[in-house]
Amino acid sequence: MATKAIKERDPLDPVRGRKLLVEGGPSFHEVTEQVCVPVEDPPLAWWLAFIPSLALLGVFGLAVTWLLWFGVGIWGLNNPVDWGWAIVNFVFWVGIGHAGTLISAILFLFRQQWRTAVNRSAEAMTIFAVICALQFPTLHTGRPWAIYWSLPIPNQMGMWPNFRSPLLWDVFAVATYFTVSLLFWYVGLIPDLATMRDRATTKIRRLAYGIFALGWRGSTRHWQHYEKAYLLLAGLATPLVLSVHTIVSFDFAVSQLPGWHTTIFPPYFVAGAIFSGFAMVLTLLIPIRKWYGLEHIITIKHLENMAKIILLTGSLVGYAYGMEFFIAWYSGNPYESFAFVNRAFGPYAWAYWIMISCNVISPQLVWFKKVRRSPVALFILSIFVNIGMWFERFVITVTSLHRDFLPSSWDYYQPTIWDLAMLVGSFGLFFTLFCLFLRYLPMIAIAEVKTVMPEADPHHGDDH
Amino acid sequence: MAKTKGPKKFGLLAEYDTPGAIFKACEKVRDAGYRRWDSFTPFPVHNLDKAMGIKPSVLPWIVFACGMTGAACGMLLQWYTSTIVYPIVIAGKPLFSAQANVPVTFEVGILFASFGAVFGMLGLNKLPAFHHPLFKVPRFSRATDDRFFIAIEAIDPRYDLEKTKKLLEDTGAVKVEEVEE
Repeated sequence: MATKAIKERDPLDPVRGRKLLVEGGPSFHEVTEQVCVPVEDPPLAWWLAFIPSLALLGVFGLAVTWLLWFGVGIWGLNNPVDWGWAIVNFVFWVGIGHAGTLISAILFLFRQQWRTAVNRSAEAMTIFAVICALQFPTLHTGRPWAIYWSLPIPNQMGMWPNFRSPLLWDVFAVATYFTVSLLFWYVGLIPDLATMRDRATTKIRRLAYGIFALGWRGSTRHWQHYEKAYLLLAGLATPLVLSVHTIVSFDFAVSQLPGWHTTIFPPYFVAGAIFSGFAMVLTLLIPIRKWYGLEHIITIKHLENMAKIILLTGSLVGYAYGMEFFIAWYSGNPYESFAFVNRAFGPYAWAYWIMISCNVISPQLVWFKKVRRSPVALFILSIFVNIGMWFERFVITVTSLHRDFLPSSWDYYQPTIWDLAMLVGSFGLFFTLFCLFLRYLPMIAIAEVKTVMPEADPHHGDDH
Repeated sequence: MAKTKGPKKFGLLAEYDTPGAIFKACEKVRDAGYRRWDSFTPFPVHNLDKAMGIKPSVLPWIVFACGMTGAACGMLLQWYTSTIVYPIVIAGKPLFSAQANVPVTFEVGILFASFGAVFGMLGLNKLPAFHHPLFKVPRFSRATDDRFFIAIEAIDPRYDLEKTKKLLEDTGAVKVEEVEE
């Protein structure tokens, strides 16, 4: 019993007495090798992931082509429910995008050093999730070639966007978020691109990585400005990430519809976004750490930490569900009460209870240490959370719309096969982009991981 | 400086194998009074800039200025388009109000500040710069992997091939070599 307890404990850093972030005591060179070799010579599993992703991307291409040919009538939208899966998928994907910036910016400001093992892939996930998200409102306009009308570009019509509309705030928030995430990701990549350049064995590789590495040479005079830029970007991205899902929630909260017009929406949406984003990080990283042999860099402790964040944000989301119900009753507003009772016991009760079981009940299993240290259990849990968070957006969007103020307008919304093809296809877009990232870029921030190894401390081994 | 034969020299390059070694070496080179020199590490070594005696970065001021410019532009854009060039009353809302215009002002401010951080950093570092004499040294490719280097440039007023070489060797360098321009 006693020996077993010792065995299960994580290896500790001899100086700080904290958990070692990189297990097995590799040298700096070994870390470089372990991260770069799978990029230079991908494992077979990469192809097994890439080919089905590409097939799903084909489904997306087909669905978009059909949509552009026939128009949004191929979707299941009807008269009260004119915001169907397009907005559901948009909010779902934007939400997933939030974990990347949380890991890269907020955990950086809180000096959570374990972030270094997961931040690169989480940021990549953010960028690809936002790309997926942007497909839906763009296509939902019906005329995606005119989407530039949403931007303040001087034009021959003399028209300007309506800056009082939350939908336009969304354009600015999501566009800024995408740009800043991309910049943050790229800045983090520069030193690692230089590593890839200096290891390159072919001319093309050397040139390609060399161009994007911008001539980085690891100069301390450069590192000084670089670290300052990184800190400032983290400081800027932190309020940004909180603002983005706040503004996404304004799309609902600023309207006058029962079930949408609530002040709890911004914090509730942000918590939900982080919840779903961490679930997606786990969905992606649990198989990849195995296929790429990175279990000593993305350790069980890293998974455990992310599981704890899922528990926290999942509980926040559960609290928000409860509080919405309480306020619906406490406000004494009959429309508001009706909307919530209808949510839980009306025609969409099935969706509501899927949402509750996946988002509120399933994360509570993380209280058990056995669950949060088991990659298989966490993988299954993360799938449940992904499903639950999709249903959350479905419930919010559809239940408030399908019961109009005028009962003669009431209707039941059902998606068509094309709605489904768009959603499934968007996963193809997401996974294809993620596979390409794994194929060409180091998925671990090599330079950053080296800084959290005990040997990186210039006073390592000194007797103080 | 005495004219030497052969191609022009860039300076001396010393190699170290641990962050601790280069930290102590940088303190010695700094104390010897050199100005045109630099160190190269695969990752930012904590406080190495202080060991080298480099002044703090001015980047925060650039970012602050960019952020304020962005926020002002965002606010002005909204005010100008919705009251001067395209005044349309929608849902009875006022043409311009501070509340409705906060989100866009904030986002544009963040966007400009981020551009300031990234491009300001690249500008201060004089990057992109695809040519550098050190790139011709085969050993230097390990500066992005697991080795630590100090380079003292020949144009430094205190530079003297023998004396500088001796200084670097005394700091515990694994290897010291002269690099051509």
